[in-house]
Amino acid sequence: THTHTQSWVTLVLLYVMDATTDYFHSMQTVTLIPGDGIGPEISSAVMKIFEAAKAPIRWEERNVTAIKGPGGRWMIPPDAKESMDRNKIGLKGPLKTPIAAGHPSMNLLLRKTFDLYANVRPCISIEGYKTPYTNVDLVTIRENTEGEYSGIEHVIVEGVVQSIKLITEDASRRIAEYAFEYARNNQRSSVTAVHKANIMRMSDGLFLRKCREVAEGYKDIKFTEMYLDTVCLNMVQDPTQFDVLVMPNLYGDILSDLCAGLIGGLGVTPSGNIGANGVAIFESVHGTAPDIAGLDMANPTALLLSAVMMLRHMGLHDYGNKIQTACFDTIRDKKVLTKDLGGNSKCSEFTADICRRIQDLD
Amino acid sequence: FHPGNGRFDLHLFFIIRFCCVPVDFEVVNVDSSMDSEEDINNAIMAIRRNGVALKGNIETNHNLPPSYKSRNNLLRTTLDLYANVMHCQSLPGVRTRHRNIDVMIIRENTEGEYSSLEHESVPGVVECLKIITKTKSLRIADYAFRTARAKGRGRVTAVHKANIMKLGDGLFLECCKEVASGYPDITFDSMIVDNTTMQLVSRPQQFDVMVMPNLYGNVVSNVCAGLVGGPGLVPGANYGEDYAVFETGTRNTGKSIANQNTANPTAMLLASCLLLDHLRLHAYARMIRRAILSTVTETRLHTADLGGQGSTSEVVRSVMKAVQSTGPLTLSI
Repeated sequence: THTHTQSWVTLVLLYVMDATTDYFHSMQTVTLIPGDGIGPEISSAVMKIFEAAKAPIRWEERNVTAIKGPGGRWMIPPDAKESMDRNKIGLKGPLKTPIAAGHPSMNLLLRKTFDLYANVRPCISIEGYKTPYTNVDLVTIRENTEGEYSGIEHVIVEGVVQSIKLITEDASRRIAEYAFEYARNNQRSSVTAVHKANIMRMSDGLFLRKCREVAEGYKDIKFTEMYLDTVCLNMVQDPTQFDVLVMPNLYGDILSDLCAGLIGGLGVTPSGNIGANGVAIFESVHGTAPDIAGLDMANPTALLLSAVMMLRHMGLHDYGNKIQTACFDTIRDKKVLTKDLGGNSKCSEFTADICRRIQDLD
Repeated sequence: FHPGNGRFDLHLFFIIRFCCVPVDFEVVNVDSSMDSEEDINNAIMAIRRNGVALKGNIETNHNLPPSYKSRNNLLRTTLDLYANVMHCQSLPGVRTRHRNIDVMIIRENTEGEYSSLEHESVPGVVECLKIITKTKSLRIADYAFRTARAKGRGRVTAVHKANIMKLGDGLFLECCKEVASGYPDITFDSMIVDNTTMQLVSRPQQFDVMVMPNLYGNVVSNVCAGLVGGPGLVPGANYGEDYAVFETGTRNTGKSIANQNTANPTAMLLASCLLLDHLRLHAYARMIRRAILSTVTETRLHTADLGGQGSTSEVVRSVMKAVQSTGPLTLSI
């Protein structure tokens, strides 16, 4: 009977462990930057939903309002930087850039501080939020540190301006490597380099060469090249032909917004920024919407889907899938949609519905 | 007339001949595989001689070193064809996701990102110069407003990225504003290029006339061509002070479907109508255009790009029949 009890206890323990594996994921701390305008309310919506899902995430809130450091240079507050460097993973709401003279763009400051070199936007059609395009499932990966956004411009003589587009071997290789790694880690079958090497032979040519070189090391992923204009032409006729797209800064800026438009706009599009040293900041890319701030009208979908991206990046796919499913189900059901999604409900009602669905899924 | 690399539009000759249009073509071939620029220079000389041209797209092998310049770009800049104009309209009978699109895209065609000025300052670091000048920005803005007024269109939108390229696109925007002040009857506004593409795929009907620097013009015109049914439908025009060159709007070579009788000849045919209009042969232009548009509404004649199985020659025959049925003097089919 002693061994019988032992094996019975072991069985019960094993069952309990299996049922509670969720709780065996250790809590991970993530830096949360609520942002401005509707930022705080959509951030708290995300926190509520994560709590309902019992995701093993501990939030560390920080403010990134730029301050002037010693020497007069603008920088993000040291405690925000320290938190991000320590946690590596961050979730960020929309930031406003003050019009103060010389004040840099907040996003630019973050980008430079953490060397956020890759901007990643998965664009997936949301069933239940109808747009003229269906079955969109692509990812734009944009080089985010150089290219046309180098900020180097000169007035040569009065009336003649020269803007410099910088393409380097290192940045091109780095973004190409990220694109192929992403494709492999997310079971995507092809990577397409978007360029205009017919016109910009040396710069886009260099970018293209680096992509080709990196592709050699990823024979399991199909690599293609396409002119920017051909991508635009084909994208609006049949976006289903595209998978992962990798490109320099400007083309990435344009294409990622075009693709966001295909699935319903910035209010429902997630975004992630990958930096050096393992830093990754996920963010909603819409504005601060000051006209509806504090009125419980905001749509937290974009920030929520970015948080889902974050969970997947951290390997917490189960939680990510659960939350995404609940979110898409709520939207598909159409009963508690926020105004921008065509409904009349409050942000809190939308959030509560998602939380309820998550608890039902369990 | 330069056939270009892809489809040789022999049928174009048939239609022009058939309709007894008083136009003769001088055919100039440009072989893009040749290293020397002799071919393209001959073409440029011919255009200087004749004043107008119809052109197919010439392929650029972008794996060749920078010394091999894009023949198309060379032609545009040498002849100073500063305004690229593309009129994208929804066509009845062509099924697209958006309806009632009527956008006129006016793109600066000679400077900006297409200045072909690049150098490798340090190994592994390439600088590519984008040039924006006050002269050319004023010129294209003026062209846009003049055209808007001439065509009775009420709004011009400047597309730019001046929040990032503050000096370059900032200058372009300033020039547009300056020209706009001289046209108080026309509404002027501006939009950042990434937002523009997002707006185009959700609500393209909001746009009227759009003016922009070279690269954004490339993006926006391809988006709009896609929205109204694809590259087989939209003609393009390049205007300069002294010369005009007409082509398909989206400058594709269509290599993969060349010589298979499946290409859609509509864009090239409509381009020839633009040419006839330019030569003030309006009656002929109107007649052929009407015939083309009546053919394009016939779903059973749609070529593969429109989701059909019609052949190029069927489309051409249908256009010729439509012209003949309207009664003017033609040759027999």
